[in-house]
Amino acid sequence: MLQDKDRIFTNLYGLQDPFLDGAKKRGAWNATKDMLDMGPEWIIQQTKESGLRGRGGAGFSTGMKWSFMPKEVKDRPHYLVVNADESEPGTCKDREIMRHDPHLLIEGCLVASFAMKAHACYIYIRGEYIFEREQLQKAIDEAYEAKLIGPGNIHGWDFDLYIAHGAGAYICGEETALLESLEGKKGQPRLKPPFPAGAGLYGCPTTVNNVESIAVVPTILRRGSGWFKSFGRENNAGTKVFCISGHVNKPCNVEEEMSIPLRTLIDTHCGGVRGGWDNLKAVIPGGSSVRCIPKPICDDVLMDFDALREHLSGLGTAAVIVMDKSTDMVRAIARISYFYKHESCGQCTPCREGTGWMWRVLTRMAEGNAEMHEIDKLLDVAGQIEGHTICALGDAAAWPVQGLIQHFRHEIEEKISNYRTGPAQIAVPHMAAE
Amino acid sequence: MSETRPEKRTIKVNGNEIEVDPSLTLLQACEEAGEEIPRFCYHERLSVAGNCRMCLIEVKGGPPKPVASCAQNVKDLRPGPEGAPPELFTNTPMVKKAREGVMEFLLINHPLDCPVCDQGGECDLQDQAMAYGRAGSRFEENKRAVEEKYMGPLIKTIMTRCIQCTRCVRFATEVAGVNDLGLVNRGENAEITTYLEKAVDTELSGNLIDICPVGALTSKPYAFMARPWELRKTETIDVMDAVCAPIRMDARGREVMRILPRIHEGVNEEWLADKSRFVWDGLKKRRLDRPYIREGGKLRPASWDEAFEVVRARLETTAPEKVGALAGDLVPAEAVKALKDLTDRIGTPHRDCRQDGAKLGLLPNGERAPRSAYTLGSTIEGIDRADAILLIGANPRIEAPLVNARIRKNWLQRMNLKVGVIGERRDLTYDYEHLGAGPESLTALADGKSDFLDVLKNAERPLIIVGMAALSRGDGGAVMSAAMKLAESVGALGGEWNGFGVLQTAAGRTGALDLGFLPKEGGRDFAGILDGAASGEIEVVYNLGADECDVAKLRDAFVIYQGSHGDRGASVADVIFPAASYAEQSGIYVNLDGRVQQTIRAYFPFGEAREDWAILRAFSARLGEPLPYDDLFALRQAMIADAETFAQIDTCEIGAAPRSADFEGAGELSSDPFGSAFEDYYLTNPIARASEILRECSDTYVPKPAAAAE
Repeated sequence: MLQDKDRIFTNLYGLQDPFLDGAKKRGAWNATKDMLDMGPEWIIQQTKESGLRGRGGAGFSTGMKWSFMPKEVKDRPHYLVVNADESEPGTCKDREIMRHDPHLLIEGCLVASFAMKAHACYIYIRGEYIFEREQLQKAIDEAYEAKLIGPGNIHGWDFDLYIAHGAGAYICGEETALLESLEGKKGQPRLKPPFPAGAGLYGCPTTVNNVESIAVVPTILRRGSGWFKSFGRENNAGTKVFCISGHVNKPCNVEEEMSIPLRTLIDTHCGGVRGGWDNLKAVIPGGSSVRCIPKPICDDVLMDFDALREHLSGLGTAAVIVMDKSTDMVRAIARISYFYKHESCGQCTPCREGTGWMWRVLTRMAEGNAEMHEIDKLLDVAGQIEGHTICALGDAAAWPVQGLIQHFRHEIEEKISNYRTGPAQIAVPHMAAE
Repeated sequence: MSETRPEKRTIKVNGNEIEVDPSLTLLQACEEAGEEIPRFCYHERLSVAGNCRMCLIEVKGGPPKPVASCAQNVKDLRPGPEGAPPELFTNTPMVKKAREGVMEFLLINHPLDCPVCDQGGECDLQDQAMAYGRAGSRFEENKRAVEEKYMGPLIKTIMTRCIQCTRCVRFATEVAGVNDLGLVNRGENAEITTYLEKAVDTELSGNLIDICPVGALTSKPYAFMARPWELRKTETIDVMDAVCAPIRMDARGREVMRILPRIHEGVNEEWLADKSRFVWDGLKKRRLDRPYIREGGKLRPASWDEAFEVVRARLETTAPEKVGALAGDLVPAEAVKALKDLTDRIGTPHRDCRQDGAKLGLLPNGERAPRSAYTLGSTIEGIDRADAILLIGANPRIEAPLVNARIRKNWLQRMNLKVGVIGERRDLTYDYEHLGAGPESLTALADGKSDFLDVLKNAERPLIIVGMAALSRGDGGAVMSAAMKLAESVGALGGEWNGFGVLQTAAGRTGALDLGFLPKEGGRDFAGILDGAASGEIEVVYNLGADECDVAKLRDAFVIYQGSHGDRGASVADVIFPAASYAEQSGIYVNLDGRVQQTIRAYFPFGEAREDWAILRAFSARLGEPLPYDDLFALRQAMIADAETFAQIDTCEIGAAPRSADFEGAGELSSDPFGSAFEDYYLTNPIARASEILRECSDTYVPKPAAAAE
């Protein structure tokens, strides 16, 4: 259990002033100059040592990612791009950070940009996040005003911060599609390699980081990498904002330490599952794109990257979607499947054609209007998409379907047989003639 | 572009070691190892999209998923443990499954209309589905249908067949240089369309048909005409412009059904301009298929014998110096040689092949100009290496679209290629600096009043191209002289780089100039012959396929027209000798960079039409002065005796660079701005004017002056 003194986002719920005065009282912008004085190498080293893994879903070491940037600025400038295109269904952590603790993000942008020798940083914010953009813009204006950032600021590192507002496409959360969109092109992922650290925004070395990854950095540097590392298991260090939604009594965002048991998380912060723990059916632990886990696994699984990986699921964005026994799993996954069909960019074949196919089959299965052999066909189709696409959207579309068939195959089979035998025979129980 | 080749890298493909250039893609490396990789979106001459996912292969040691081989370079491969060469596999179960999966996805929404699809038989999807796909279909949902799009008179769309490979979009934006095509919407709803469904406005649009791997973009005029396996394919060359692109003519019987480009790195790469591709219906319309004689103001059909006799009788009563001979733009060199020899036999000095009046082929002192003074010195391929280009009175976009595509390619690759234009301000598909409209800008540039002079001087390989619009004026000789002087002063004419070129527009011209079909001493040039015919000083004119001149001036003379189409020239003829077109005879053409190429007969000429040279040979016999060659071989030997260059097919041998000193004294420059060689790209010769397809193109693309309401 995380104690209040160890929370990074102390205004997650917006109970205090989100802007400069309030933020400074909570510790933001404290000793920023001292951090920069320690030099870029130190910042990257500290970030590496803290064990911070990217909070956007893939869980790649943030310090490691930064170290991929060229050490010296040559003919092309460096850029930091912050991915605030938070569109994964179930996820709403970055939203709260930008609304209520924007200065932590801005400070993080400055520190990270300094570490990567970037003088400009873009925050690509989701199209639907209008209030968040306003809050963030206001905070940025404040920071400029107070000479915290901008040319000739008190930290001695010329730095400009811009907000780019997306148009609401999920695919623009993929880092290279985001860069395309930022350049004013159609949001379609690029081929990798080259990776953004080599040729990113406008062909210049670029690092793309999630909002939360950037926003926690100043606090880590202030309190030391050892402090951050003290939370969570080995290789899964730190604190994390969890977004718990679905069939719990009190859905919430909460900052907790990594590797907290799922059951503790739900019971402590969300008032438990609706109708009690035994009413739980399944949990999608990391946003809609990871495989769901059924109750037996939920009983003792730890919420971190490696533990969930062992169960073929993932921590993703730590958006925990809880589903109780009233849930029709097939319909739920069919709806998720529709989402991915709708958001596929249409660039590469498996995702463009396969997402629509899966959605159509699942929609029929949700009614039971399918054949038994189609379950295996569906699994096969999902396997044909996974790993064959340019970006991870294909994987993200395939995993929920694979999870459904892995854990809830019996429900599909039941629906199919019920549909066959016909509703009349279910409704009328066998009775002795009177 | 560095000249040094990087060291080769050893890789293993399916267990076989092979050394490859590290800059190759994995797909190319596998092909070098002899493995076929299926692909749809990948095209050698376009950027890599990597979106069809058909070329997936397995890379050992990489992530546990297949890799798109078109999108990764050999140099990016990680070495195996202890420096072992990286290993690629194209035959593993993972690769097979990936290919089958992608193929299934491509086919689920592709209509099964192969029996009515024009791509059938030469369809990448069809072939690869046979080779790499599964047998049956598991897709039980409804298929997607996509609305048809309008893309102009040349391209038929069946967009339901589209597999969104975006080759067409990349071709249009990269090679053709127009942003007309794009992929709209996303996911399943993604569609290729033109902006607001307007016609694709480029002279290279026909290539979209070739580049489409499926039957989504097909040829509108060719729709439902033939199947590829019914057609007899003849590898010949095109004569619609002076590029003389290598083509393949597909004919059924005597009907040419379509024309496709052949690959030739030195000429057309693998593209073809629209006029060359869609002229085929003009080959069977308005043909002259029998001799005619004008009687009482009207042409009547006649036999060869009669026609020859009428001409012979007329020539007998005409003094030799009152006879003139003209050669047109589409005439093969053999016919020019025969006509040249015939005029010598008759004894007239009046002959010319420059029907636009271009000051080519002769120096101001009346001597023959060197070959390099009327060809593209850099060669077409050499345009790729030029690092600064000046266009004087040339609009390559319509005068030679494939040359323009080369310049654009260079401009795209270098990113800083400086192009200067003196002449009309036209959309050339690349950025250029407009230096002025007429000769005074050329003078100003040469005097250093423009910064562009420094660009040319600092360039390692500057290229100066003079167009026909500048050379076919009264001061054409002076323009030539000024351009040559400029070229010399910026170092374009020194050493191995010959950076001076003339952008010819006629396929037959260079060959005729090589043979010296030019006025002899005291002879009249083209305009002189026309004027003489109008004034009565020339009584008999032998017109060998010249239609783009002021034929009305020939009305009073006795005109023998030899040609393939009943066009302007035939309208004033007194005797018509029907000749074969370029599709019906073997003839040598020399293109604008001096490359000697020959056409091959695709089918026999219509009716009583004969090969051009054979008509002249037969007629000479009737005159009692038989030309000394009885077959094509002997004729070509005679041509080689005239100009050695004809001995080498498919080589560019243009000789030493011209010297500006030879061009001194060509008169004064005028102050008129340079115009254009022609306005209507689509209707520049008799065959094109006979083509309904090209007429429709002209109606669609070439702006016409608005007619007043009546």
